[in-house]
Amino acid sequence: MSVADLAFYAFSTVTIAAGLLVTLSRNPVHSVLWLILAFLSSAGLFVLLGAEFVAMLLIIVYVGAVAVLFLFVVMMLDVDFEELKGEMSRYMPLGLLVGVIIIMQLVLGVGAWVQADGAMGLRAAVAPDMAQVENTRALGLLIYDKYLLLFQLSALVLLVAMIGAILLTLRHRKDIKRQNVLHQMWRDPAKAMELMDVKPGQGL
Amino acid sequence: MTATDFHTVLPEVLLALYAMAALLACVYAGKDALTGVVTWATAGVFVALAAYIGFAGEGANLAFGGMFIDDAFSRFAKVVILLSSAGVLVMAQDYMARNDMGRFEYPILIALAVVGMMFMVSAGDLMLMYLGLELQSLALYVVAAMRRDSVKSTEAGLKYFVLGSLSSGLLLYGASLVYGYAGTTLFSGILTTLDAAHLGLVIGLVFLIAGMAFKVSAAPFHMWTPDVYEGAPTPVTAFFATAPKAAAMAMIARVLFDAFGAIPAQWGQVLAALAVVSMFLGATAAIGQRDIKRLMAYSSIAHMGYALVGLATGTAEGVQAMLIYMAIYVTMNLGTFAFIMSLEKDGKPISDIDSLNMFSKREPLKALAVLILMFSLAGVPPMLGFFGKFYVLKAAVDAGMTWLALAGAVASVIGAFYYLRIVFFMYFGRDTEGASSRMAPVQWLMLVAVAAVMLLGVVNLFGIEGVAAAAAAALVG
Repeated sequence: MSVADLAFYAFSTVTIAAGLLVTLSRNPVHSVLWLILAFLSSAGLFVLLGAEFVAMLLIIVYVGAVAVLFLFVVMMLDVDFEELKGEMSRYMPLGLLVGVIIIMQLVLGVGAWVQADGAMGLRAAVAPDMAQVENTRALGLLIYDKYLLLFQLSALVLLVAMIGAILLTLRHRKDIKRQNVLHQMWRDPAKAMELMDVKPGQGL
Repeated sequence: MTATDFHTVLPEVLLALYAMAALLACVYAGKDALTGVVTWATAGVFVALAAYIGFAGEGANLAFGGMFIDDAFSRFAKVVILLSSAGVLVMAQDYMARNDMGRFEYPILIALAVVGMMFMVSAGDLMLMYLGLELQSLALYVVAAMRRDSVKSTEAGLKYFVLGSLSSGLLLYGASLVYGYAGTTLFSGILTTLDAAHLGLVIGLVFLIAGMAFKVSAAPFHMWTPDVYEGAPTPVTAFFATAPKAAAMAMIARVLFDAFGAIPAQWGQVLAALAVVSMFLGATAAIGQRDIKRLMAYSSIAHMGYALVGLATGTAEGVQAMLIYMAIYVTMNLGTFAFIMSLEKDGKPISDIDSLNMFSKREPLKALAVLILMFSLAGVPPMLGFFGKFYVLKAAVDAGMTWLALAGAVASVIGAFYYLRIVFFMYFGRDTEGASSRMAPVQWLMLVAVAAVMLLGVVNLFGIEGVAAAAAAALVG
């Protein structure tokens, strides 16, 4: 077994174990931490595949931003997980039954797995030749050229998400003071302030 | 990627650009100042694009390496989607303004949802299909929950979102299995690799169908429909019942024929099963409903069952029947929802069917129009709705699926009960204090025009038959 094989088994074992622990751990904060470990080890798998750019993206974007945001959300949300679990146990038998049936089907499906004759060729035909271009460039060629339409369409999906988030959460509150810059600038000092000569002992 | 590619996707690009420009204009104009203008402008853009697609488009054009297909089939679906969305927008404007929901985001989200639908029906690639579907669904989740101070509306949005994500998950899982087998996500590529129905591939196909059946609310993936229809604001419900249904149905036809056309026996039986369950569930479960929006939800489940009968045959005739059925279904729903939107009691919208008691005495013309629509929805012979069912069932008989046609006929007799009950309430109900119907001119026009179409369509179906046949030939032939 070469070093690369050893590294592959190490990373994949860690990924699967961490993925399991995400769902099994009782504390949601721990779940997020396990998720981060799963991201890190899958980044390792990407490096082994020669996709170092994707690996770095996974660490920077998912570990650095998404997972940390997740952590905040989980800590901020006050969800009573015990209550949810109580509710869940009622549907457990049915859920288990469905799960077992699906697993059996998948085992059958994967057991009899065949690939179409030309599948490997078709898979390879999409990406540029890896011997010619480095993988950042290959990724750019795919995303911004071949799949430009998909890229722009996902941008539209994000736009809808943004509009939705604003539409559903923004409240125009009327009882707070807002700054009106023009109003402030047009204030006339002569009207805004009055000088009073207060005589001692008399007040206004 | 060339200029030709962009010329092929021009309508979609224009609509997306329009949506963004309108969004900017509305944000600059300040709080909901332009809502009315933008609503009408959006409807105008829809109609203009429908005219452009309908008249200028010809032949079959592929763009972006086969990812995007512009052919007679997609053009038919797009015209139906655009026109029905325009109809829903203009007839809802008055309702939205009166019920304090005149948010400018509504027409813009609808426009973006329509962009998604146009990509759905033109998709030649699993990835493009999924992105179109998500664009459409995401916009719909938001508009379902738009009335955020109403518990039912937020419940509708949340339910739709959670179940919709689940169905997207199923669809993606199916797509990944299909990719695993075929090594490509292009429909044309998948079709060339299919030599036999391998087990793993069929599992992927079934997952795909399950995910898509959710979007057309075919039983047993219909659970969300009644709650979402009831909870969402009525104009949003009207939209749910029309364009997205037509788009999802066309998308199912597109995927199954373009990518899996070599193994029709595999998906035909799944669709036939979905169709039978939907028709009977829609027909029986609606009987107990007292809320007209919930009733329309079950009605749409049943109607989707009939459209699926057309697809299950796997023939060009079946696809043609499905297209005619969807066009008629969408038109009927436009008229019916124009009426539902106008119902109110003491200035508040109402959707209880008991409030229709003796409606014919108060509003004879509207009651007559609704009578025609209900007869048409039930499939009573002289109306257009009958011809929709007739084409579908005939296609099933011709394809040797007589049992399916028989099941459809039986379900339609059961389903006729609840449509006719509405008519009964309107003409022979008890004399109680019922709802009044306040209509903006557009709504009135929509209701009466649709009722007239249902009657006059008998003559030649407005020539839709030939267009649908050409569309079906583009897909199957």
